[in-house]
Amino acid sequence: MTTFPFSDYIITGIFCLVVATTVAGALVAALSTRIIRGVTGLMICCLGLAGLYYFLNSPFLALMEILIYVGAVCVTIIFGVMLAEPDEPAGSESRSHYLLWGGLALLVSAVVFATVASLSLHGPWAAPAERVTDGSIRAIGLSLLTTYSMAFELISLVLFVAIIGALVIARAGRTKE
Amino acid sequence: MSNLLSIEPVRILTYLVGICAFVGANAAYLVLAERKIAGRIQRRPGPNEAGYGGWMQPFADVLKLFAKQVMIPPGTDILLYCAAPLMVMAPPLMCLAVVPFGESLVARNLDIGLLFVFAFGSINVMALMLGGWASRNKYSIISAARVVSQNVAYEIPMLLVVITLLMVAGTLDLNELIRQQAGGFWNWNLLRVWVNPLMPVTFIIFFICMLAETNRAPFDMAESESELVAGAFTEYGGMGFGVFFMAEYSNIVLGCCLGTVLFLGGWQSPLPLAALSGPLWGPVWFLLKMYALIFTVMLVRWTFPRTQFYGLLNLSWKILIPLSLFSLLLTGAMMKLPLVLQRLF
Repeated sequence: MTTFPFSDYIITGIFCLVVATTVAGALVAALSTRIIRGVTGLMICCLGLAGLYYFLNSPFLALMEILIYVGAVCVTIIFGVMLAEPDEPAGSESRSHYLLWGGLALLVSAVVFATVASLSLHGPWAAPAERVTDGSIRAIGLSLLTTYSMAFELISLVLFVAIIGALVIARAGRTKE
Repeated sequence: MSNLLSIEPVRILTYLVGICAFVGANAAYLVLAERKIAGRIQRRPGPNEAGYGGWMQPFADVLKLFAKQVMIPPGTDILLYCAAPLMVMAPPLMCLAVVPFGESLVARNLDIGLLFVFAFGSINVMALMLGGWASRNKYSIISAARVVSQNVAYEIPMLLVVITLLMVAGTLDLNELIRQQAGGFWNWNLLRVWVNPLMPVTFIIFFICMLAETNRAPFDMAESESELVAGAFTEYGGMGFGVFFMAEYSNIVLGCCLGTVLFLGGWQSPLPLAALSGPLWGPVWFLLKMYALIFTVMLVRWTFPRTQFYGLLNLSWKILIPLSLFSLLLTGAMMKLPLVLQRLF
């Protein structure tokens, strides 16, 4: 197997494409007034994120991102949207109201962004001495069931509580008279 | 030849063209095969005018679809309406890149190939649903809702069955999965009853789930012609409709490829004879098994009537999921019990 010609340029190009997909998806998700387009934007954003994970040398995480976030979470959100209301753009709120909440949201997100950015730029990063795992599925599985088994079990507990909660909510309207 | 193929750009281009041609030819001729089989089952000849025995029919169909005007009905969500056919066609094309048709006849052998197929396969639901939703047609929207609930319901037993298999195999590499099934048809996962006596049942669950995931009869709720006109594709005409149709057949091909790899030993020959195995025989066996599965899919479609929607969901939640969970537990127990007993005594 020989190396691909201009592979550096191609890899850079694909990386830019992935970043652009993530940002564009996020923008569509945030700016769109139709909720169904918003979910589609979220899906595109997740696809881009999967690409970023791939560039961080974890293809397993990338595929899981697609399987879970695109295949399950977005579909479930859309299912919720379908059950909730017809997708007409809402235009009843007054403009000043709109501006107030938008400004507030902008302020909060700017503060959060600035904090995270300054932390990541100036904070102390403990560099690991050597690579802890090789990132293979075997290593991930072993660490999930040994070192991180507590967190793993706690996540399943969270999901369990969510399912029970959903059942309770869904059950409310179903009692027999 | 092999020298030329080892040059990476040539290799990629060859497989890209090859997979596209494979998908296109399959979509075209499986439609013809389906119509012929339907005709045979209903005691009529099926398409027999174009060419000898109707073999030119796909060309005529494709020409007709291409010649039709692409119309975008007013009131649709244009962006999503146009994106849906693209999104429905791309995943099966991507997934075929990791399917090993022969021991070395695979575009890209990933060590997480199975996960790759399931990850990209899950986008299919989203595309059908967006197509139905963007059409702004009552029939399409009902169909979109059905697609989602059906696919969510059947994804669970499908993944449970595959996890059962993975516990035994211990790998996500499709080629490695096939290599483990070497040495005659009694070593195929389908008949490995000493690993788990429920293995044949597991295969049947997988097959039913595959039918449901590809929206085939008797589970074609999404496109039930007699109730919903054409379901999610009602508002699509010309090549838009054609792409949806192609995607449906590509998904069937992909599903049957997966069934072949997981349960029927992929490119392994059914008898462990040196004369029947080798790099040339591999693809032959693979394609034979795959087309046998596809034939079964078509036979099922034209033999069984469409189930009711409640029947469909009940089958999944009340029968298939408990059964596949039980099979999962049984496999785990059969793998670990000997070890536990050994330690105790």
